[in-house]
Amino acid sequence: MKVRTHTDLDKLRAEGLSSLYPSRTRIAVGMATCGLATGASSVYEALRDEAEAQGLNLDLVATGCLGYCQQEPLVDVRLPGKGRIVYARVTPRRARKLIAALISGELPMDGALAIIPDEDESPSRTGAEDPPLLHELPFYARQRKVILRNSGLIDPLSLEEYVAQGGYQGLARALLEMSPQAVVDEVVASGLRGRGGGGFPTGCKWQICRDVERMPKYIICNGDEGDPGAYMDRTVLESDPYSVIEGMVIGGYAIGAQEGYLYVRDEYPLAIERVTEAVTRASKAGLLGDDILGSGFGFSLQIVRGAGAFVCGEETALIASIEGGLGEPRPKPPYPASSGLWGQPTVINNVKTWGSVSAILARGADWYAGIGVEGNTGTVVFSLVGKIANTGLVEVPLGVSLQEMIEGIGGGGLDGKAVKGVQTGGPSGGCLPARLFHLPIDYETLTEAGSIMGSGGMVVMDEETCMVDVARYFLTFTMDESCGKCTPCREGTRAMHEILTRIIEGKGTATDLDQLAEIAAWVKTSSLCGLGQTAPNPVLTTLRYFHDEYEAHVLEGRCPAGVCRALIELRILPDLCTGCGLCLRECPTGAITGEKKEPHVIDLQLCSRCRLCYDVCPVDAIEIVR
Amino acid sequence: MLDVIVNGQQVRVPRGTPLLEAVQASGVFLPTLCYHEGLAPYGACRLCMVAIKEPCTAVVASCAYPVEEDMVVDTEAPEAVAARRLALEFLLGRYPQSDTIRKLAAQEGVTATRFPAPLPEGANELCVLCGLCVRVCRDLIGAAAISFIGRGIERRVGTPFEVQSDSCIGCGACAEICPTGAIEIEDRGSTRILHTWNTKVELHSCPACGKFFAPTPMAVLEDMLPEVAESWTLCPDCRRLQTSRQWIEEASTQGQRIVP
Repeated sequence: MKVRTHTDLDKLRAEGLSSLYPSRTRIAVGMATCGLATGASSVYEALRDEAEAQGLNLDLVATGCLGYCQQEPLVDVRLPGKGRIVYARVTPRRARKLIAALISGELPMDGALAIIPDEDESPSRTGAEDPPLLHELPFYARQRKVILRNSGLIDPLSLEEYVAQGGYQGLARALLEMSPQAVVDEVVASGLRGRGGGGFPTGCKWQICRDVERMPKYIICNGDEGDPGAYMDRTVLESDPYSVIEGMVIGGYAIGAQEGYLYVRDEYPLAIERVTEAVTRASKAGLLGDDILGSGFGFSLQIVRGAGAFVCGEETALIASIEGGLGEPRPKPPYPASSGLWGQPTVINNVKTWGSVSAILARGADWYAGIGVEGNTGTVVFSLVGKIANTGLVEVPLGVSLQEMIEGIGGGGLDGKAVKGVQTGGPSGGCLPARLFHLPIDYETLTEAGSIMGSGGMVVMDEETCMVDVARYFLTFTMDESCGKCTPCREGTRAMHEILTRIIEGKGTATDLDQLAEIAAWVKTSSLCGLGQTAPNPVLTTLRYFHDEYEAHVLEGRCPAGVCRALIELRILPDLCTGCGLCLRECPTGAITGEKKEPHVIDLQLCSRCRLCYDVCPVDAIEIVR
Repeated sequence: MLDVIVNGQQVRVPRGTPLLEAVQASGVFLPTLCYHEGLAPYGACRLCMVAIKEPCTAVVASCAYPVEEDMVVDTEAPEAVAARRLALEFLLGRYPQSDTIRKLAAQEGVTATRFPAPLPEGANELCVLCGLCVRVCRDLIGAAAISFIGRGIERRVGTPFEVQSDSCIGCGACAEICPTGAIEIEDRGSTRILHTWNTKVELHSCPACGKFFAPTPMAVLEDMLPEVAESWTLCPDCRRLQTSRQWIEEASTQGQRIVP
């Protein structure tokens, strides 16, 4: 069916509502990459097969990610008249038991994570023994979902369900009620800033591009997310592709572009699959192509798969890559807004920015500007990972403090250990110490502190993380991903990496620390593109906030976190060792000897300091001598 | 035209001029490897760093930064000097063999390096990765026979798969523009051997003098200058001779003087 009018949209909406809230049981399995990685597809199959075998009539849907990756596979069950419960860490065995319970007309409480209060009349909490409401869980309580508004709730490929959740209202409003300039003004008024990490005002970028008179113009969505430990864009594309597609059409209308490119890294096969299908379905429905919604405006979208270079996330390199050239950055100015793809005016924004645009146009600039704080409006998505109790995808209003993020949402350090610092912005960001956790998360504050907002990676570190090692880890990444075009990034990242390696191997000197700072400052000021300009941030911030750790390595030959292999020794405490033999079996170098039920010993000549014994010892009898 | 102040001295340059040229016009020396006035700015070597003081403050690569009205530039600002020196120190560590690098470094007062860094095995010990050869071949000659391969410190220049190139026309522009003499070309009988590119191009014998020359570049030029079409079969020297004669003849029949 071609959607031409408001009435058509309403019809889609009605269909979507009846599929979201059917009269029979609806089971949704979170099947974004995070869910699949923990076995969601076998859970899905178990549910399907068991329901068939038991003759249970139900709607089984694959949805995207609810964000609580720690608890995957997540299964959301809605039993009309009985309520709606999200189950955590579901296994195929538990899935089969779930079906059995559903047949008896009950929502079991076993394994229930939370209740989702339903839009319709179905009861929510009934007794004190019931699980908490989903939005009251500490993990969700401080969150505000705008970009992830539909993520994990709808079938990512169902246009009907997307529309039922308010999708395409923004596009309809823009195309049918607003002039292109009014759309730009709306985005300006919302205060939205680039969610790729730079934080450039989106509306301002659009205005610059709109004011350039050359045609044609282009819209690009940057989905070349590549930071280690970051998967925000992947999740949005996998869980709610229409929100991004709709945003791009709105952008095209605003600046006068009729063609768009959605650039997704090829390492995201599921995202590519879903986005491709979504584009096909949107085109079939007339929401892409000529004369969208009868407005006369036409917009087509092409998907481009990135070939695997991190630097292609840099906008000029990404453009070069679409053009078929080497994925390498070029000097700016000129900026893409005036000279981008094929030399034409181009607006390039991140996946999350486009996802925000569709929400802003649907609900209005005032609504959006009311979220967050002055100058930093709206929400931002982080992938909260590392040494933290609750890992997952988190969306918060800007201005929330790091403390609330880590202690509140994240639930503090893993296994109750104290959190030492946090790395925001991935390899381009900096490590901030716990004493700065009172700082609010906004573009300016993070930059002042030496880090960056980045596209949303947030890696938490505890006392067992060596900051020199962390700095080297990120440097290894940027060194490998440096395209090599400009001297500072090519030579500087390698030189910094060499020095950090020396320090980690216990061969560092005080001169090394001075040189490290000197090279880092040079690479930051002199590099051609964002990759090089930000690559020294992990070094600069660890030097600034964790200087004592560097000094311990260099001056005392000691790694306080007990990580750097050349600087530690492992010892078995004879008083504690029960002689269980676990460590002996695990040791890859055969360095551990001992009789059963007698204290074991480690031969330091053979020991590779891999710490496997430390990790497996059930009685904590292994000591790391730092 | 607009005014730019370089180290306190005013220079007048056309709008759109790269800052590097404005600085050079003021008589101030800046090192550069990747800039060439015949090619688009590339911003790769990062040797021409200067400090902009007005209208904003920034340290920029002057080759890739267009001048703005009343821009104030300080080439001797400590942060700019430090950036240039460190870049040269690293290049000196990587290419101690290169006279060009040693000379540029010395001009900035860098005569020794703290960062010796041997090149990866098999790398061209004079190639500083400025990209001039790649760009002249692609953007001016139109052959695009060579490009960058690999990334980071593995980056190098070569033909696809580093074998005989079918696109190379043997014009030698790459070697001509290379600032460090890293590209080796040899004419042996009727064959031009581009050693650096593992490529051989067959030459033609000039019908006038018998000397060998690369014919295809002439075909490219033929499109640019159709009025002297008949001389394109000749070698560059004979062609120069013949076209000069032709022009003098034409001029004199029209009663013009060629030589002032």
